[in-house]
Amino acid sequence: MKFIELKNVNKTYSTGVTALADLSVEIEKGEFVFVIGHTASGKSTFIKMLYREEKPTKGSVIVGGVNVAKLRNRKVYKLRRKIGVVFQDFKLLPKLTVYENVAFALECLGLKAKDIKPKVMKAIEIVGLKEKTRSFPHQLSGGEQQRVCIARAIVNEPKLLICDEPTGNLDPETSKEIMKVISNINKDLKTTVIMATHDKEIVNRMKKRVLLIEHGVLTGDYLKGSYKSHENV
Amino acid sequence: MKMFRIIGRSIRDAFKSVFRNFSLSMASILCATITLLVVGISLIIAGNIDNATKSLEKELNIVVYLDKSATEYDAMELKSKIEAIANVEKVEYKSKESWKSEMSEYNPSFGTVFENYEDNPLLDSFVVTVNNSKSLDKVTKQIRELELIESANYGEDTVNTMVSVFDVVKKTTIVVLIALIFVTAFLISNTIKLTIYSRRSEIEIMRLVGGSNAAIKLPFVFEGFVIGLLGSIIPIIVIVYGYIIAFERLDGHIITDIIKLISPYNFVFIIAGIIALLGALIGMFGSLRAVRKYLKV
Ligand SMILES: Nc1ncnc2c1ncn2[C@@H]1O[C@H](COP(=O)(O)OP(=O)(O)OP(=O)(O)O)[C@@H](O)[C@H]1O
Ligand SMILES: [Mg+2]
Repeated sequence: MKFIELKNVNKTYSTGVTALADLSVEIEKGEFVFVIGHTASGKSTFIKMLYREEKPTKGSVIVGGVNVAKLRNRKVYKLRRKIGVVFQDFKLLPKLTVYENVAFALECLGLKAKDIKPKVMKAIEIVGLKEKTRSFPHQLSGGEQQRVCIARAIVNEPKLLICDEPTGNLDPETSKEIMKVISNINKDLKTTVIMATHDKEIVNRMKKRVLLIEHGVLTGDYLKGSYKSHENV
Repeated sequence: MKMFRIIGRSIRDAFKSVFRNFSLSMASILCATITLLVVGISLIIAGNIDNATKSLEKELNIVVYLDKSATEYDAMELKSKIEAIANVEKVEYKSKESWKSEMSEYNPSFGTVFENYEDNPLLDSFVVTVNNSKSLDKVTKQIRELELIESANYGEDTVNTMVSVFDVVKKTTIVVLIALIFVTAFLISNTIKLTIYSRRSEIEIMRLVGGSNAAIKLPFVFEGFVIGLLGSIIPIIVIVYGYIIAFERLDGHIITDIIKLISPYNFVFIIAGIIALLGALIGMFGSLRAVRKYLKV
């Protein structure tokens, strides 16, 4: 069985909008996959299936051997502990320092304080923020805030890192740095990365697997793909 | 071990949050204070009415006098017949001889009066206790139907009306009390919702990084607990001192000598305990209700 396996996934929201239609795809451990498509094509919905923020209307979503489509709400936290998630808006707690924001993820899980510290320091080092552990989010640039989010996402050493437009709020230069951080995590920690994005430049430069979603349908799956292969997007 | 750390963290966070969001917490605490004060007063009223009713009911006996011709054997037979009537709790036999000696003892002049008689002029009697004041009338009528009964009567009408008035007041107080408790829980839950609303991103992140529902709920439940407990401080002080002072001023009774107030010691502490417990529970359930909204449970 593949690490991630979506089979005939349909998602119709309660409003009647069908965001995904009969989508099937397999992703191996350690892959780096971009998900691209027009706005409202269903990228975020696809991402939300993976961390079980939304349930598919039909079909199965298997992540690490578990059909998360069948997962009870009460049990979702078990899945979340194996997944790191990064968003366009950073979702940092404004009253906590960088260190505390990252440690927060582990405190929620009830880890011992003395076990938390080395893990947090390691995650902060990976994203290159060692100098800023005592800063508060409002004292950081956008790129730095996104690094904190990435550190928080990987602090529990997840097998899967999911990103929904992580560079959406950042300038091209900063985006490049963030992509370097994410691609290093993929390379060094062997973390599987799935990333929804609009950013043509990034996709074209990275030459990774690309999934194209159009109107909720998976219309393209290119290894070493780029935006160039379908100029219409 | 893990659970203990989560609980410890929750308690720490609860206190932090109460003081960090003090203006919002203050609203919840004030809301708890006002309603708990009313709840406390209702509890005092309900407790005293209950006590007064019980002591009045205890005095509601049926006094049965036997016919002059009744022998001691008849008396014993009648006793078991009365005992067999539904709702009769106790039947005490008092012979005319014991009436006589009791009365003579109470006032020696009775003794001299009695000496003028050859026979004891008094009647043998039963004092019948029933387990429920409502059945007094029915039981009395049933006793009157028995043979060799001279008379069977129970307490005055005033006592009777008093008991039924108390009954109505007591029931009303209890209904008001229960309604108040729900209203308080609802109000606290709504004010806590405001606090939680300002912290929904925290809940969202906790959910995202894999905090279990218990780990997410606990800090808020403890927060409700702390708020409820803080809200019960003023009502407890007011009620404990208020009742002790009122009791002394009123000399321990109200309206008439028969309606005695419950003596304050122990009673006020029990009420204080109930208020604190209610405050804590209402706070906990209120915030549980509020946090549910943000959890997909
Ligand atoms: N919670 C929801 N309830 C109802 N409809 C929704 C919900 N979330 C998304 N949709 C709809 O589903 C469709 C797909 O939305 P989705 O967010 O997956 O698109 P997207 O590809 O991520 O777009 P963007 O690039 O703008 O982020 C849209 O038509 C959207 O309006
Ligand atoms: Mg989106």
